[in-house]
Parts: sequence; structure tokens; C-alpha cells
Amino acid sequence: MTIQDFGVTYDDLEPHYDQFEYLCGTSGAAGNLKGQILEGGNPFEGPRSRPYPNPPQAQPFSHTLFAKAARELGYKPFPQPSGNMSQAYVNPLGVRLGPCTYCGFCEWFGCGNYSKASPQTTILPVLVRKSNFSYRTECEVTRINVDGSGKRATGVTFVDTSGEEWEQPADLVILAAFTVFNVQLLLMSGIGKPYDPVANQGVIGRNFTHQTISDAIGFFDKEKFNFNPFIASGSIGMIIDEFNGDNFDHGPLGFVGGGYMGQVQTGGRPIQTTHVPPGTPRWGAKWKSAVRDNYLSTVTPGTGVHGSFYSYRDVYLDLDPLYRDRFGRPLMRMTIDFHDNELKQNAYLTDKFAEIIKAMGANQVVKQTRTGHYDVTDYQTTHLCGGAIMGTDPTTSALNRYLQMWDVPNLFVMGASAFPQNAGYNPTGTVGALAYWSAEAIRTQYLKNPGPLVHA
Amino acid sequence: MPKGFACRNTAVAVASLVVASSLIAAGRAQTNQYGTSLDPQNFTQIEQGRYLAVAGDCASCHTVPGSGQPFAGGRPIETPFGVVVGANITPDRETGIGAWSDELFLSALREGKGHGGLLLYPAMPYPYYTKVTERDALAIRAYLNTVTPVHNAVVSNKLPFPFDVREEMTVWNSLYFKSGEFEPDPKKSAEWNRGAYIVEGLGHCGACHTPKSTLGGDDNTHALQGYALQGWFAPNITNDSERGLGGWSIADIVSYLKTGHNPATASTGIMAEEITLSSSQMTDADLTAIATYLKSLPGQTGAAPAPASAPEAVAAGGAIYADECSACHGPDGKGVPYLFPSLAGSPNVRSADPASLVRVLLEGARSVATTGEPTGPGMPSFAWKLNDDQAAAVLTYIRNSWGSSAPAVDPHQVSQARASMARMGQ
Repeated sequence: MTIQDFGVTYDDLEPHYDQFEYLCGTSGAAGNLKGQILEGGNPFEGPRSRPYPNPPQAQPFSHTLFAKAARELGYKPFPQPSGNMSQAYVNPLGVRLGPCTYCGFCEWFGCGNYSKASPQTTILPVLVRKSNFSYRTECEVTRINVDGSGKRATGVTFVDTSGEEWEQPADLVILAAFTVFNVQLLLMSGIGKPYDPVANQGVIGRNFTHQTISDAIGFFDKEKFNFNPFIASGSIGMIIDEFNGDNFDHGPLGFVGGGYMGQVQTGGRPIQTTHVPPGTPRWGAKWKSAVRDNYLSTVTPGTGVHGSFYSYRDVYLDLDPLYRDRFGRPLMRMTIDFHDNELKQNAYLTDKFAEIIKAMGANQVVKQTRTGHYDVTDYQTTHLCGGAIMGTDPTTSALNRYLQMWDVPNLFVMGASAFPQNAGYNPTGTVGALAYWSAEAIRTQYLKNPGPLVHA
Repeated sequence: MPKGFACRNTAVAVASLVVASSLIAAGRAQTNQYGTSLDPQNFTQIEQGRYLAVAGDCASCHTVPGSGQPFAGGRPIETPFGVVVGANITPDRETGIGAWSDELFLSALREGKGHGGLLLYPAMPYPYYTKVTERDALAIRAYLNTVTPVHNAVVSNKLPFPFDVREEMTVWNSLYFKSGEFEPDPKKSAEWNRGAYIVEGLGHCGACHTPKSTLGGDDNTHALQGYALQGWFAPNITNDSERGLGGWSIADIVSYLKTGHNPATASTGIMAEEITLSSSQMTDADLTAIATYLKSLPGQTGAAPAPASAPEAVAAGGAIYADECSACHGPDGKGVPYLFPSLAGSPNVRSADPASLVRVLLEGARSVATTGEPTGPGMPSFAWKLNDDQAAAVLTYIRNSWGSSAPAVDPHQVSQARASMARMGQ
């Protein structure tokens, strides 16, 4: 295990979590306001300086029932914070969002109601009005250029849709191309020392992580339960945090880490959310009959157990020796498998989760515990992390605490690629907070005196 | 920060060159017969002229959008009689108005008589600009003298016969043109008079909002009570409570003109351009004056129009509304303030001519984004989704719900609008 510190503290980031939540109009209930624990929120969260900008979304029946069962088992359930608007909202930039209509098509689809926080609903309308802002669509950066010393980025090379190559010179380059592409661009640009797992040296590709996800499906008596599962938003749900991080005693358990769990729906898409009890044929009249009997009375958490994925010496990214992309560049290669720690963690958490689903009154609970080898074809969040991590030591991290490349001070790398390991939470909030944190350092420190912001 | 993360190096360098041309009028005579200074260094007058050119929305007709050549002309203007092309009013001496005397400029602006006595078409709104004071008109001239001269010969008259015969305008002018500067009403407040001066003069609001005769002259007995043009219905902007601005406060009108949005509605179409180029850049004092004046106009009086007697269409329309419209406009029709227009109580929804409603439903709409309201929310097109009967039914429902009553929309109107959109290349 190669877990290590981020190099920043929660207190460093709190103002920037706040900035990001107010930009996005996050709906949620505060659990810790300036140190005061509040009923209805997450009692384990760090102290926040002010409440969420919007109250939590209304919770449908199955989510409410989950919270009731969890409460009766002694947990403290709270609404999952959500980038869906619980009410009309205007963010600090003056951009307006509309109230969510719980249509159920949020995840994987754009929102036609301006109800989901995304760049075009929160910040692009303001950026495009700025005279010093321009953008190029359908272009792909193929390389970050550096000068002869290798210590200074001079711009980027990109390709447009006609295949023509262009160069954009720059004094400052900010790389924000999603986890694996950040790492791929760094490796292909020869920036930073590539990670070598055998020698345990180098940093680019190091500490790659994903998420440890599992579920438990509850089948209920259709005469007594009608959950109307088509009522959903992108991250609606009631969750508990008792089994995350260090919130519980791991003494006899034989693993570290954990996650949150809950009845969380990321959408109400009609086919994907249709589950039938084990033993049902996979097609034909009996399958149809089972769908009809179970659709309204099944609890299908989109993400039931959302667990951490710690970093290991043998889990990493490098350039593929064989496969190439359309430009002839090596693809990113993921070398990854589950370690016992994550599998033990997941088995324990999935059992705990299934207990709550059972306590909701389910006739049958089908546990989908995470087992065996990592399988890229089995969807378990988009939360890829690490590979160009931040830290305090240039020999074990690519970036300093301001997301600035140790080796190339005029290059900043933003995104979850900076996470040294993946906690049991969704990355987006921390990605946003780190981006604001880094941007503040660029504005207030770097621009006045361009150069390394940390001397190690 | 990198300027433009992804643009060609040379393009950046070229784009950053801005040619200043404020000295173009240097050496010209410093006074005119009116005794007013046209000093090219009189920046106060030039700035006044710039503001007035904005208030008059000169750029709308005289600048091709995106051309980067302000006031160089060439923008086609659609009229019921054919196309008239906006003239080059840069100080270019050959193709612009650089060689014009101030008298000629005043004559063109305020009397519709151009070089050599050439009669202008009233697409150039001289019947409104005639009310502009000489001082203001000369300030505009002073400003136009400072813009970059562009050599761009424009043939304004692209009208078909018989409208291409300019001499006909003598007759038109005798029917519809009344020359003369605005005369303040001493019984009214200064604010009201300022509003009237802008609305009836430079603002030329009536050019779109006042009904026209068959010859295109203003029907001033129904001034500002709404007119259909270019596939839109420019609504009634009097204080009429049913179909005009009666339900809006002065602050609502100011917000609409300044930002394109207010608690009730969002601007799109031709008005969105006006807001972008003109009213969003005007002072709050002038916008308040405009609102004060508009709120003083009684508009038409009389009973609300009869509701549609089409119960089947209303019932079907209600079901379509719930499925297709209520997510944004709300089950109660009230929308979301500043974001999604309220259909309840909307004068546009109740207007006798449903042209704008039909068009927005079929085409969708992008509301204007401004500095004050940068969101610019859009509505998708429903042309592919609703047939003529369904589109007519949902509009009939909207026109007869939440306290509104208006004649049913005929499916034939929808089909005509589709054909018209196809002709306009939508």
C-alpha cells in the first residue's frame, strides 16, 4: 500500500469546497456548521463555514424508507448532497438554474431544465462573455511542449477535425483533461519521471486508483410497496457515513478504509433499473411477468456501497507498448486489480448495507458483493483517480500542494489525477475545491512571481 | 494565463490589432451653419453621440453582425415590400457619408432626403428620427466621424417594381410623414418627456410595435398596440392590462430592457437583438423614463377577447402541456422568474395574433444573454415532435388557462408558419 498525504488540509480547502458548492448550487443538509453538529446532516463531515446553498432535494418513498430503517438500526442517515437543484437558484456569477423535476434521466444525459450543475449551466455563460476568453471545440491537444531545458512549458500542440496540427504558445499551461488523459499527456510530452513499479521510482502513473462499489437489491411485496422508481434525479438518496474512513473501529476487521452507503439513485432509466429476482428466466413470458410484478416494488440503489480504493505499488498507469490511438500515440495502459483490503472492506460494508435493505421490509435481498479480479467491463463509477498525484515530496509526487508540477513550474495539472488515493466519497467536490485552491495560488502568488510555489 | 488555450499564434497577433481612427475628421471645418461645434476633439459631444447612436440602435441596420466593420452597411432588412439594405454610414468619402455636409446628414436623418435630394425609404426610420433634436443629431454625426472609414459600396434599394421607384416616396411622405422635432409637454414630468422623446424619436419603438397601413405607414390611432412583422408579433407595449404592459411595474420594464429578463418573461427574436445592441447599454435613468412613458399610454380598452370555444382542443392541449411544457413553465404556467417565462398572465400568450407563440413553439427560442442576466436559457424546437393539430391544441390550451382567454389557434396557422419558416431557411 502506497497511501500518502495530499499535502493540504481540510481547513485549507474548506473555503474552496464552499466556493464550488455555491457555484454549483449543491442541494444538501449541513451536518457540521462551524463545529456544531446539526440533526439531519452528516455528523461526520468536517466543519463547514455555512450551509449548503440549497436545501436537500425531496426524497421519494424508497429513500425515505431506507432512512427510517437506518435510523431504527441506530445510524444517522442524511440526504446525499446533490448537484440537482431542489429549487430555482442563482449562483454567485449570476447564472440561473431551474428546479429539478425528478425526471430520472439525469445521469448520462444533459438536463433540458437547467437543473443540473455542469459547466454550461454554471460558468460558461459568464466566461464566453469575457473579451479575453476564447475556446476551440473539437480539437485535441496531443502534446505539451517544453523548451530545451525541459523545465518550462512553452505551450501545446493540438489537432483540429481536419487533422491539421496547430501550436498554441503559452506562458502558463493548465492541464485539465480527465485523470487518464492528464497522465497520458504528461507521459507523451516527456514531462516528469515515468513511474517504474519494479524499481519503485518515478511519479507519472503512480498511485492510480478507482472505487470499490457493490450493491444489494431488495425485492418487496408488490401488494404493500409501490416505490415509483421512475421518480429520480442524478444523485438523489439517503445515505449513512458510519462505515467510512475512520468513522468506525476497524480493530477486528482486518482492513482499512470504508465508504458511504445508501439508497441512492443516479437515474430512473426504465430498462437499467428493471431487476428481477434470482431464478427468473432472462427472456420470454416469465421474464416479462417478473418485470411487471417487481418493477414498482424493487429497491435498486444506483450506488449502494461506495467504498474507498487505496493505492498500491502494483496498480499504475503507463504507455501501452502495443495499442495506438488514431494519431499513432500509445494508449494509456491500466495495470490494476483488487487487493484483499478492498475486497474485505466491501464484503463487510455490503453485509451492513443488506441488513438495512432487509430492515426496510424486503422479502428478498440479493447482495452483489464485489469479488474476484477487477473487471473493466463491470461499470463501477467514473471515479478514476491518481497517476499524477499531489504531495510534499518530489520523489513520490508529481505535483506540489498547489497542483503545480514539481519539474515544470508553469504547468498546473487539475483533476482527480492529483488524488494520492481514493477515499470513500465521490471525487467531484474535492476536484472542484482543489481547482479553486490552485487558481487562488496562481492568482495571488504565481502571477506575481512566476516560479516554484514550494521549494522542496 | 494563456490567451485562448487553443488559437493559432498568428491569428492572435492579428486579432489584437485595433486601428484607432479618431483623427479622421481632423482638418475639416470646425463649425457649421448652426453654429454648433463639430470639433473632432470635442470628446463630450462624441461620447454623447455614441450613446445616442446606441439608443437609436443604428448598428442593427448599418452593421453586418460579426463583420467587425461597424456602420459599414450591407445588412439586408426585410420589409413587407422587399429587401432594403442598410447604408454605409462610416466616414468613407466615396461610399460612406464622409463627404456629406452636416446639413445633408440632418436632412437624411430627420427628413428622409439623402444626397442629391434622393428620397430614402422609411426602413430608415426618419419618420421617428425627425423628432431628434438638432443638437443630438449633430452629436451622432460627430461620433460617426470618429468610426473607422470602410470602403464598401452598398446598393440600398433592392426592392422589386413598383416599390423600387423612389419618387413614390413623395406621396408616401405626404400621407405618413410629419416633419418636426419633439415638443415637450409642459404638463408632464421631465422624466415622462424624456421617455416620450426616446420612444417616439431615436428609439423608434413604433417601427415594430405600431400597426401599419397597407402602404407601411403607421396607424397612429393604435400606436404601440402591436404589429406582426418578420414572422413575429411585436406585442402591445401600452399599459393595456390585458394585452400590454399593464401587469408589469416600471422596474419590470427596466429589467426587461436592461437584461432581457424580468420575473415574467425572457426576450428572444428581434427584440433580443435590440436589447443586446441598444437598451442593455442605456442608462437606468433613460430606461426608467421609457417605462414611465409607456405606462402612461392607455392602449386599447374594452372587454377581454372571448375564450376559445374548442373544448376538445383545450383538453388535448392540457395533456400535451403536462407532458411537454410543465417541466419548465410549471403546472401553474408561472415558469421560473428570470429563467423560464410565465405563460400565466402573459400579454404575448393572449395577443390576438399568435404568430410569436406559434413560432417559438415550432422553432424553439434562445433568450438573450446580457451582462445583467448572463444565463440566456433556451427552449427546444417542437416542430418535429408535435403535428399541426397538437401544436394548435397546446397553444389554445395555454391561451385559455390561468385566467387568460383568447381565440383558438387554428392548425392551419401552424402549417402556414411551418411553410414560412421553410421559406426563410429555418
